[in-house]
Formats: sequence, structure tokens, C-alpha cells
Amino acid sequence: MADLILKGVAKSYGDVNVLNDINLDIETGELIVFVGPSGCGKSTLLRMVAGLEKISGGTFTIDGQVMNDVPPSQRGIAMVFQTYALYPHMTVRDNMAFALNIAGKSKAEIDEAVNGAAEKLQLKEYLDRLPKALSGGQRQRVAIGRAIVRDPKVYLFDEPLSNLDAALRVATRIEIAQLKEQMPDSTMIYVTHDQVEAMTLASRIVVLANKGIAQVGTPLELYERPNSEFVAQFIGSPQMNLLAGEIVETGAQTRVQTDQGGGTIVSDYPSNADDQGARVRVGIRPEDMVVTDSADFAYEGKVAITEALGEVTLLYFEAATGQDPVIGKRPGVHSDDRHKTLRMSAPPEKVHVFRDGVSLHYR
Amino acid sequence: MSPLVQGAITIFVGVFGCVGYFYAANLLLDKVIYPAKGPNIGRNINRANAIRPWLFLLPAILALSIYLVYPVIGSLIRSMYNRAGNEFIGLGNYTSLAGDPEFQTALINNALWALVVPAAATFFGLVVAQLTDRLSWGNIAKSLIFMPMAISFVGASLIWKFVYAGDPDIGIINAIRDGMGLDPLDPLQLPFWNNFFLMVILVWIQTGFAMVILSAALRGVPEDTIEAAIIDGAGPFRVFFRIKVPQIMGTIVVVWTTITILVLKVFDIVYTMTGGNFGTEILPSYMMSFMFRDDGRATAVAVVIMIVVLPVMIWNIRQAQKEMR
Repeated sequence: MADLILKGVAKSYGDVNVLNDINLDIETGELIVFVGPSGCGKSTLLRMVAGLEKISGGTFTIDGQVMNDVPPSQRGIAMVFQTYALYPHMTVRDNMAFALNIAGKSKAEIDEAVNGAAEKLQLKEYLDRLPKALSGGQRQRVAIGRAIVRDPKVYLFDEPLSNLDAALRVATRIEIAQLKEQMPDSTMIYVTHDQVEAMTLASRIVVLANKGIAQVGTPLELYERPNSEFVAQFIGSPQMNLLAGEIVETGAQTRVQTDQGGGTIVSDYPSNADDQGARVRVGIRPEDMVVTDSADFAYEGKVAITEALGEVTLLYFEAATGQDPVIGKRPGVHSDDRHKTLRMSAPPEKVHVFRDGVSLHYR
Repeated sequence: MSPLVQGAITIFVGVFGCVGYFYAANLLLDKVIYPAKGPNIGRNINRANAIRPWLFLLPAILALSIYLVYPVIGSLIRSMYNRAGNEFIGLGNYTSLAGDPEFQTALINNALWALVVPAAATFFGLVVAQLTDRLSWGNIAKSLIFMPMAISFVGASLIWKFVYAGDPDIGIINAIRDGMGLDPLDPLQLPFWNNFFLMVILVWIQTGFAMVILSAALRGVPEDTIEAAIIDGAGPFRVFFRIKVPQIMGTIVVVWTTITILVLKVFDIVYTMTGGNFGTEILPSYMMSFMFRDDGRATAVAVVIMIVVLPVMIWNIRQAQKEMR
């Protein structure tokens, strides 16, 4: 129902720039997730879309209509807050009916919308309760119900699961995914700092950093082809290992000799002839690391600690103080790897190469 | 001895007397009566801890009993005696009160005061709290509005005597009337309305109190609920009356009842402005008019005031406790 276009959108508080030159096209029916480290402005961007923060520069349109100065209630958006933001003095029914009452809808229309939403969210028997008599998960469902009854073009979620406990978070995440399934035409923007939520819910993820967009793409694009060291380390857990080295062979494939251990490893990323001898960093995800005996390897080190999780074992290699240890992940139980010196390698398609923080793949 | 020195000594003795009492009593309990050593150490510590709160409360309980409970009971008894205090007349004072038209006027006026002043002060306080929060110079406005709180009732009454003065060169009301070519009048002698002119003074004083408490409460309303309401399409008025006010209802009730209790005790304003004449009598000023002339009757009025205040007070305390939870 709605295409959102942000063109050169910026936000500043006085002299302080928070967001610069945000360009983003969101198509109808997408579920876009904003992620980024805390303070990167993801919530601010969402609140600008909502109309709760003024847009300092650029234009923001919904369905071709410029929304910069349109009041929040007329933008066709609904928002679900981290703290639920339910009206504590109103029953669940009145909470959901509030917007419709203001819009002057008839009683029959309101009842139909409220009952429909309550049905969808399994809130029927709680309609006459006050929010304080509900559990956290139920409150969040009421908050979602309050958004649904308005039948908005765009749903905005501001870290909606952060206040729930771990089990409830998973359950509610699945409910949101199902909700999206039921409403394929509605556009959703979802802010979170939890990358599991981002990976599982998003049709596209927007990674925000340094006052701007670092990368936009589907979850797997970001996972498999991050465009920068920042995105590479931000997506995925434990984070991607970065190993300093030097390009020794260029072409359709790139061969890098790493500093630690002196082995060489091949990446599927292409490189130019003038990359020869360039200082780069090789990125390998812990789950892509394999133990090897061959002379082709990326890293050699002594395992300091192992963490056996049953399905996998995490290997933490010894690292100089102040540096992140290289981490490997092996399927199965390998507790006896501790104190062993291991050679780690990875298949060429899983090896990322970053020159000056930028992926060779995207040059 | 100069009263200044006397006062300083009183403060010194009072403050350090309290500190000394708590310190010594605590020491006595822990070291002498139930020492935390010996074969019964566990029992001793438990007993000392059970007694300690009572030890600390003792001075307050004693002071309250002597200066509050005893006078209340004494007043109840005294109100059953005649003017001279030597003859028991049962409810005689009360029946004669009930028959006194002046008492009835005072009762009705008091009811009016109790309705109008808290309502007006709370309403203005709420409006001022909301509006000043949105102004850059709001804090200056707040200090100005709060200032009357620091003036004694008699002082405030004297200020308002000027406002109501009959001379158009002094009183603003008559200045306005003069400007419109009307004859000066004394607002305080207008039957019925003069009550409201007196109430204005107390509203003027108490609005600051209501404003301060309600302003704090308004700031406690979660910003999210307000933003949610804005997204839901609520305008400023709706946000204020449907979202903010209901969420601070508990505080509003506490402010309201606190002012109500105060209203039922204030006599200074009436006493200073009209002396209870021109149909402006209220219960406390009515009581004053009997004090030292007929103590039996005066205490009977005091008891009536207490009975009227009591339920409001209980409600107030309940609400305040609920707020704290």
C-alpha cells in the first residue's frame, strides 16, 4: 500500500549532526529492519518517519506525497513502542479504540475493528482489563493491536521486544513474523539492536553507522557479502575474525599471505594487478573456519579456551593483550583441542578481503 | 536575655538533645540491656532490633499524645460544659449551635469555601503547571506564582485589602469602576459575592502549591504515552485531558484534599478582611468570636470542624499512601 522514499534525509540538533544524507527506497510490503550500534540514530530515523522528530534536511515521501511537515496522525503510520506506551488508565478495548474515537468512526466500525484485532492477537478475553493486569507479552500484543485497528499504510516498531524476557521474545518475534504474513501489503519498519531479530524478520536490513547507512541488503547478502569490515563484524555472532596480511597474488581470485603463521589463503574476491603487495585484512567467520594440515591456511595459533556447546565447540585462540582473540567454531565436541596448536583455513568462497576497511567485492 | 539568644539556645538544645537522645538510647540498648555478646547473643540481637523502632518513635509518640490526643479529648469534654466550665450540660452547646442562624451561615459558607477554593486552586495550578512547562521563561513564571505561598495569610489579606479598597486611587476594582464612570463600592460588603472575593485570596495563595506538585507529576507522565496519543491523532487538549490528567489523578486528589483540609482551618483571611461580618462568617472565625467569651461553645465549634475535616483527611492519607506504592 505504500512506497516510502527517503532522499538525502538528515537530522541535526543545533550544530550536532546525528544523521547525514540518508537515501533509502522502501517498497510496499517490505519489512525493513534498522540495526546499528547504540547511538547510531536508528531510533531517531524511525521517529522522523513517524513525525515525532522534525526532519532537518532532505525529503521524505509516502506514496509520492511529501511528508516532511505532515503531522504524525495524518501520515498513515502506526507505531509500537519499546515500553508499549499503553494508556494505563484505559482498558485494553479503550486503548485500541482511542485512535478510532478521535477519527470519529461509528461505534459499530470501532467494535468491528477492535474485535477483529483482538481475535487476531488472542486478546479477546482481556478486552475489559487494564494494562496493569496484563503480562509483558500481552501488553506488547495490545500495543500491536492498537496499531492494527488503525489499518495504517506503514507499521513502525521501535525495539518492541527489548522489554520482554528471552522466551517471550522468541514467541513474540514469531507472532510478528506471522502477523506480517497475514498482512502482505503492509509495510513495516522495525528498529532493533538484536541481530537475531534482524536476520529472522527482515526482508531487507539497513545497517546504520557513522551518521549514515553502512549497507542495505537482504539478511543473507549482509551475512555473505558484507561491504565493509564494520558490517562484517556487526552481523554474525561470534563476530567475524579479521586477520592482517598482504596480497601476494591478484586476478579473478586473490591470494593473501597472513602475518600470523605466514600461510597463504585464497579468496574468491577478484583483485587488480595494482593490488599486489597491498596491506589488507582477511575476514573469516568462526563458523567457516576449518582445521587443516596443508600449507594453505589463514591462521595458526594455540587454543586458549574451548567452549563446548554440544552442537558446536568454540575455540578461542591465544591473543596479544588488548586484541580480540581469533575464534573458531567446530561442529561437535572438541574439548581436547585446548592448548593444541591448530592451523585454520576456509574455503575460498567464504574468505572476505577488505582493503582500507572496504570489501574488494564491492569496488 | 534577649529573645534572639533564647531562640538560638532553644534550637541548639532541641537539635542536639534529639541527636543525644537517639545516640544514648541506641547505645544503652546495644551495650547494656541486650549486649550483642554472651551466650544469648542471637536472642539479644533480635530483641534489640524489635525494640529499636519503638525507642526511636517514643519521643514523637509522646509529643503527639501530649499536644494532640490529650487536647482533642480535653476539647470533647470541655464542649460538654457550660460557659464557665463548672456545669455539665451534655450536648447543650451543640443544640444551641444548631439553632444559631449565624452558625448555619458559617456552615454554609464553609461548605462553599471547601468546594470552590480547592477546585479553583487545583484547576489553576494544573493549567499553570502545563503551560509554564512549555515556556522558556516558565521557571520565572513559576517562581512568581509560587511566591504567595511564602506570605502569611494575614499579610496576603492586607495586600488584597488594597485591591478591594473603596478609594479608586488605591483599589483596582474601584479604579476600574471609576474608569467606567461608576460609583465606588466596597466589594467586601456585597452580600454573598463577598465570600468569593475572600476565597480569591486563598486561591491566589494555594495555586502555587498545587502548581509545584502537579508540575512534578506531569513530568512523571511517560513521554511514550503522549507520543502514542499524538500518533493516534490526539490534539493538545485531548492529550492533556484524556492522557495526562487521568494519569496524574492520584496526585490531583492528594492536592485537592490537602487544600480542602487547609480551607477548613483557615480563619485569618476572614478575620482580617471582614471579621466575619456582612455574612462572611466561616466556622473557624465563628469559633474565634466565642473564644475567651464562651469556651464551651467555642470548643463545640472546634469539635464540629474536626468532625468535618476527619473524613477528608483519612481520604487524603489513603490516596497519598496509594501514590507512594
